[in-house]
Amino acid sequence: MAGKTIVRVSGVTKNFDLGKIVVEVLKGIDLEIEEGRYLSIMGPSGSGKSTLFNMIGGLDKPTSGKVFIDEVDIAQLDAYELAWLRCRKIGYIFQTFNLIPVMTALENVTLPMTFAGVSNDEAVEQGMALLKQVGLDGRHTHKPTELSGGQQQRVAVARALANSPAIVLADEPTGNLDLKTGEDIIDLLKELSSERKVTVISATHDYKMLNVSDQVIWIRDGRVEKIQERSELEIRTGGLE
Amino acid sequence: MKRLIALPFRKSLEIAYQSIRVRFFRSLVTTTSLVLAVAFLCYMRSCNDFAQGLLNSGDISGYQTLVKAGYDVSLGSDVIAASAKQQWIVTLSLLVCIVGIINAQLMSVTERFREIGTMKCLGALDRFIVRLFVLEALMQGLVGSVAGSFLGVVSALISSLLGLGTGILISFPWLALGFSMLLSIVVGTGLSLIGVIYPAIIAARMQPVEAMRLEH
Repeated sequence: MAGKTIVRVSGVTKNFDLGKIVVEVLKGIDLEIEEGRYLSIMGPSGSGKSTLFNMIGGLDKPTSGKVFIDEVDIAQLDAYELAWLRCRKIGYIFQTFNLIPVMTALENVTLPMTFAGVSNDEAVEQGMALLKQVGLDGRHTHKPTELSGGQQQRVAVARALANSPAIVLADEPTGNLDLKTGEDIIDLLKELSSERKVTVISATHDYKMLNVSDQVIWIRDGRVEKIQERSELEIRTGGLE
Repeated sequence: MKRLIALPFRKSLEIAYQSIRVRFFRSLVTTTSLVLAVAFLCYMRSCNDFAQGLLNSGDISGYQTLVKAGYDVSLGSDVIAASAKQQWIVTLSLLVCIVGIINAQLMSVTERFREIGTMKCLGALDRFIVRLFVLEALMQGLVGSVAGSFLGVVSALISSLLGLGTGILISFPWLALGFSMLLSIVVGTGLSLIGVIYPAIIAARMQPVEAMRLEH
């Protein structure tokens, strides 16, 4: 069952210098994430999960230690290569959706493709297909403000998948959604991940996520507390019921 | 492996245009200060152009009208130059205008922090962001300056007709007016571009991690 390692985190620490005091947010994290899995990073607020998440996404640099994506040390990349990585290898989904408000749903989805050098016609065609796949057929001309929260997040999911990335990073994707809509988004992510063999990594404290995760990483106080496989989880939740 | 990120020029033009259209009223406010400053510059120059035209006609009555209207001309001189006071006022108004533009553009950058951060997460390079802001400023600058220069010429024509009489129509200074308008447009567009440089750099340097931060 051992697949290719897509993300490797080794000895990552992160300090935030607040002037008078230095806060140690991550205190040495080692992780290996296999390709094509659905993974949740769980932990209470302030445990450092968002920080770890930003490191994996190449949005922030660790104080020490290394993050490898596809065996490339992202600290070694220059601005162009980093932009390329963000554009082609990683898809981001945010808690607050973060669609570009002045663009329509379709334009939001095609923007990463434009950055990647895909021709306009091709981008429109693929964008429509993606929107259809996330269940937003016929809503492509709508602006984000004309869509509900769940629909906006669907557009964001389509956008994250635009350049067929290897990894989709979802930072509390259900945080701003109600129970039912959150479940829909989780199902959608799970479906897309198994269909497209994309590695989905989500930071969350939504327990609904556990049901679909292949692996759950528990973070507490800047360290990995435990890593649970899906099989272990089912026993646990079974025991609770 | 080819690792190039691209944003075709046409696409950036499209995004910039859309940005202005959607935030029409904000753009209008930013542009209005430019329109007024450019109109003032053009008005001052055009008034002098009309007076110059009247003087060049060589008519003695024209000369008398100019003196009556308060122009500083002596018989025999053939150039009407902008007075030092006029130059100061115009310079000052342009300075105020540029400060206004910087202020408005900084506001617009702050407003769009999340949008810029998101774009960077999607792979936008710093220079795409700068290009978008510069293109927006260029469009606003051109439209505002053209509008301002027309406003300036028209108001100069009206005020000269009232102040100097219909004599100015006989020796209408087409060429000089055209030059004044062109100069005003160039200056106005230049101001708009200068005003956007600092805000655009701030926007481009923003780290994408800001977009992830929760702030409503």
